[in-house]
Amino acid sequence: MPGGLAGRPAPLLLLGRTLSPAERLGSIGSPAGSTGAPDDSHRAGAYTAAQKRNPKNPVSHTDEERGELRDGVRYHQFDVVIVGAGGAGMRAAIEAGPKAKTAVISKLYPTRSHTGAAQGGMAAALANVEEDNWEWHTFDTVKGGDYLVDQDAAEILAKEAIDAVIDLENMGLPFNRTPEGKIDQRRFGGHTSDHGKAPVRRACYAADRTGHMILQTLYQNCVKHGINFFNEFYVLDMVMSDVKVGGKTVKRPSGVVAYELATGDLHVFQSKAIIFATGGFGKIYKTTSNAHTLTGDGVGIIWRKGLPLEDMEFFQFHPTGLAGLGILLTEGARGEGAILRNGSGERFMERYAPTIKDLAPRDIVSRCMVQEVEEGRGAGPLKDYVLLDCTHLGAEVLETKLPDITEFARTYLGVDPVVEPVPVMPTAHYAMGGIPTNVKAEVLSSNTDVVPGLYAAGECACVSVHGSNRLGTNSLLDINVFGKRAGNNAVEYVKTAEFIPLPEDPTKEIRELIQMLSTSTGTERIANIRKELQQEMDRKAQVFRTEESLGEMMEIITGLRDRYTKINVQDKGKRFNTDLLEAIELGFLLDLAEVVVFSARNRHESRGGHMRDDFPKRDDAGYMQHTMAYLTGDPHSSHADDHIKLDWKPVVVTNYQPMERKY
Amino acid sequence: MSAATVAYPAETDVADASAEAREDAPPGSFTITLIIRRFIPEIDEEPRWEDFDVNVFPTDRILDALHKIKWEQDGSLTFRRSCAHGICGSDAMRINGRNRLACKTLIKDLDPSKPIYVEAIKGLPLEKDLVVDMEPFFESYRQIQPFLQASGTPDRERHQTVEARARFDDTTKCILCAACTSSCPVFWTDGQYFGPAAIVNAHRFIFDDRDEASQVRLDILNDKEGVWRCRTTFNCSDACPRGIEVTKAIAEVKQAVLRGRA
Repeated sequence: MPGGLAGRPAPLLLLGRTLSPAERLGSIGSPAGSTGAPDDSHRAGAYTAAQKRNPKNPVSHTDEERGELRDGVRYHQFDVVIVGAGGAGMRAAIEAGPKAKTAVISKLYPTRSHTGAAQGGMAAALANVEEDNWEWHTFDTVKGGDYLVDQDAAEILAKEAIDAVIDLENMGLPFNRTPEGKIDQRRFGGHTSDHGKAPVRRACYAADRTGHMILQTLYQNCVKHGINFFNEFYVLDMVMSDVKVGGKTVKRPSGVVAYELATGDLHVFQSKAIIFATGGFGKIYKTTSNAHTLTGDGVGIIWRKGLPLEDMEFFQFHPTGLAGLGILLTEGARGEGAILRNGSGERFMERYAPTIKDLAPRDIVSRCMVQEVEEGRGAGPLKDYVLLDCTHLGAEVLETKLPDITEFARTYLGVDPVVEPVPVMPTAHYAMGGIPTNVKAEVLSSNTDVVPGLYAAGECACVSVHGSNRLGTNSLLDINVFGKRAGNNAVEYVKTAEFIPLPEDPTKEIRELIQMLSTSTGTERIANIRKELQQEMDRKAQVFRTEESLGEMMEIITGLRDRYTKINVQDKGKRFNTDLLEAIELGFLLDLAEVVVFSARNRHESRGGHMRDDFPKRDDAGYMQHTMAYLTGDPHSSHADDHIKLDWKPVVVTNYQPMERKY
Repeated sequence: MSAATVAYPAETDVADASAEAREDAPPGSFTITLIIRRFIPEIDEEPRWEDFDVNVFPTDRILDALHKIKWEQDGSLTFRRSCAHGICGSDAMRINGRNRLACKTLIKDLDPSKPIYVEAIKGLPLEKDLVVDMEPFFESYRQIQPFLQASGTPDRERHQTVEARARFDDTTKCILCAACTSSCPVFWTDGQYFGPAAIVNAHRFIFDDRDEASQVRLDILNDKEGVWRCRTTFNCSDACPRGIEVTKAIAEVKQAVLRGRA
């Protein structure tokens, strides 16, 4: 290895600025400390200048706002605590913030959330460009979800979609417009007019960055309402307290424990209501459109508390991920007319879905793509992908309506979609399952009971409006409709609720977990275990599954769990210890992968996102019901049967009896 | 390792791991050297440069190389990242002296025969390695009132023409990564300057014909720390990973301060 600083070109060294001790010491949590000598620290001035400009808007939390310090732990009290600052969390905050003392706790800066990566649109039957109504939207959602959708919830989703879009426009969201100045709409997979007759233009959009615009607009409105954010605070646990109800002692949530990334401090947020809005867990797979940070922490916390998870076997694989990378290319491309072709140039979706072809729902298109490749009709030197052909759309449509995905293909594959088709394959995209809730976003503790004061919304939740397969554009809708409901219902709840006293030592378990991870003398690398989990999940629990592949995956997970107890966290520091963070995240990934595979193994049918090669048909008599999984024992016991119990929950059927799903 | 590099537990691992990487390097891959400006607040008095050899493919991103180091050599290497495809704005950093997103910079677009220098963005307080304190940056953003201000409560959408919508399209792309602001020489020397990103986000509302508070924002930016501090260096436009014409947007705001919103 070449030497260190010696022999380095001098000009580059000068690019770096030496820090003053004051700047280093003062940079966290104590703005006053960073007002070092003006000659050595230009940013030190910025702190004070910002405060001078608006003293009521401090740049970071004051000592008082940092919580009361007791035994090294900081304590806060809020009426409503929202965990997660993506679309659902911030939509909830906009309702709750102005009406109740609210904190939003997020492991990322809010604008980093993965809502921002959503591209194509948000469904609502506005009928701005052609005839449409919410009942058709309800039907499409039910059929798209392969009849595992709770139909009362789907009806709410479709009805409230219209107000949800108007709310966003009124908040400032810059939708694309029709020539008359109304919100423009475009086609999307599975959205049809009059119960499947033809594709309908229902997706409201802002170029191919609709999610970005939603995330920005919601954050902007949180700034407007002065929402109290705790950014880069990682919630690790939900605090449960013993409460007497009717002579019986039961456990009730009384707050959350968060780890402040900048300092390594633990914080307890006591609250009357908690809303989980922590997003998905696509990182259980290798090929995924999900961010590195989507590790299912919120879902994992709920699981570890013994509360159920619903329909975890249903994971959506989005058809058009950039081959080999998984980066998403919006279904909006096919909505604008792009076509999938196999290695011989054939438009193969015509064979599988003669009516709506490339605009069939995602589960169907993904399966067809994998089938084409497995039967030797793939494209490329290894015949291991298919092609998304946008060349006939023309440069103008690509540059104006699909600019971001055009750039992704150019940047990451060196392929220009204007002149050549883009290599694509399915990518793990969305968890249909998650924390079960009712239509009020209240979290369920069983098929019928709710946990008072506990809410969930967005991808981490399972209402279930998506059933076994979510339609494109229904997730941006879901976060807005059910995020708003969670916020409003939490506000109603805290009006009459009291704070539940915290237990004696609410951070005990988390201190022990951190201690165990950071002092472990093991030799296992976090990244190796995670990589093996992700690779094997891609091989054994992806688009196609069998009893054999799932059984093997269960054994692999058991082995990885064992290795997890011997991991080595190399970073021993307190500040910004992302090594420790990744270790904790990996624990959640292992837990959730196990529930996914265990639930998948138990469902002997093929429905929506869950395709069993050994049970290729849907079986309504046996399986038209939701899976409910419970953690009942020590998760480290070697057989999953020892610690996971499965149950069923009936599907709510109102107007639509199950039919064969043809497109 | 040079004398300037303080003793660090992972040092020996680093050399071993990179030697291994070379032996069983997959076909098409090659070894590059990343020289990273490290700063571990609990250990280092001053930032220091540290070399890492890492095996990569030409189509790998700088973010992939950083992950390989963190995951295979030194778990303490610290940086922010999330989406890994240029949308979330977490991983703006200075790569070979230019502000870029690590997840949008491919190895093949740099010169892999030379060491690649990676350091934190400038002008914001350094926290650890490639992580800076973003609060001052977001504070400037909040100052310009970055939210639609319009009277009345319509029961449907407000109408807007296609042309009016297009007027501010460019500045809606901002992902608040701070690549522009932290590339600005004026900001480096005057931390009180609002900086390009805040002005870009003001532009997004000033030129949105649904908004009624343009004048308020123009007054805020008609300050000695406002738009007039801009010296049109164009660093910001070069740095923007979203291709926003930042300097042009600032110029348009300057025009609007003088002559009102066009």
